[in-house]
Amino acid sequence: MIQLNWLLILSGVLFAISVAGMFINRKNLILLLMCVELLLLAVNFNFVAFSRYLNDINGQIFVFFVLTVAAAESAIGLAILVVLFRERRSINVEDLSTLKG
Amino acid sequence: MLVEVLFWLFAAILAISALAMITVRNPVHSALLLVLCFFTSAAIWLLIEAEFLAVVLILVYVGAVMVLFLFVVMMLDINIEEVRARVTRYALFGGIVAGVVVFEIVSVVWTRSLGVDVTTGAQAQPANYSNTAELGKLLYTDYVYPFELAAVLLLIAIVAAISLTMRKRAGLKLQNVAKQVAVRREDRVRIVKVAAEKPPSENPQPEKGA
Repeated sequence: MIQLNWLLILSGVLFAISVAGMFINRKNLILLLMCVELLLLAVNFNFVAFSRYLNDINGQIFVFFVLTVAAAESAIGLAILVVLFRERRSINVEDLSTLKG
Repeated sequence: MLVEVLFWLFAAILAISALAMITVRNPVHSALLLVLCFFTSAAIWLLIEAEFLAVVLILVYVGAVMVLFLFVVMMLDINIEEVRARVTRYALFGGIVAGVVVFEIVSVVWTRSLGVDVTTGAQAQPANYSNTAELGKLLYTDYVYPFELAAVLLLIAIVAAISLTMRKRAGLKLQNVAKQVAVRREDRVRIVKVAAEKPPSENPQPEKGA
């Protein structure tokens, strides 16, 4: 039997890896988007694990909606990235410094 | 026993491919490793009997989102070396943050005062249980408005993505749909009254042998 804490620790490790990926690849916009996808996957792991453990299928509905929003997010994010690359010929985050805080 | 062995095998593949994804230099390899991550996650979700979501994960993520990612990565001519320069400066800091995150999550998970015994697993569903049917029943009754909203959100995403990337080139000849629809018969067809035959007086040599 797959224990609940195995799943939770696996999702925690996955989450941490994607957070570390955001620091390591902080200049490449595409890899940042991919790390966001991995992060959402880790969150979905928690939802599915608790949904199965508590025998409450509502958690899996939430995963469904998270998947929907993540798909919409990545589609729009990639569209913005393509437009950005067309304008600047670069997706380096450091080149995108027009708005200075 | 087999389930546990498979779980740890898939968990190891998942962690290693995720680690490789954030460290390889080529973005195409990163995208392919992320596909491997999604496949292994789907396998683990199958092991814990969330069949519908496992299939949806492969269909939506591997079939649509990651293909989109691969398209974009391959279409854009990115100078990898320039982007990946000075990577190691933040690797240590990222590692420390990741370690703190893991420590916090593990310490929460190992706390026994949550009211749940985390060292047990879920009960197996009966053989005639259909995960998809149960999800569908709930999705089309209790969650029907969120479901419709999700559909609208996807439509907005489609419209936004297309309108953002639509390129307007100079000298491109396009149809003017409004003009085409607004056209009337009088603009296109001119009816000319033509006499059926010439009067006989202006016809000096009539046809013979008719």
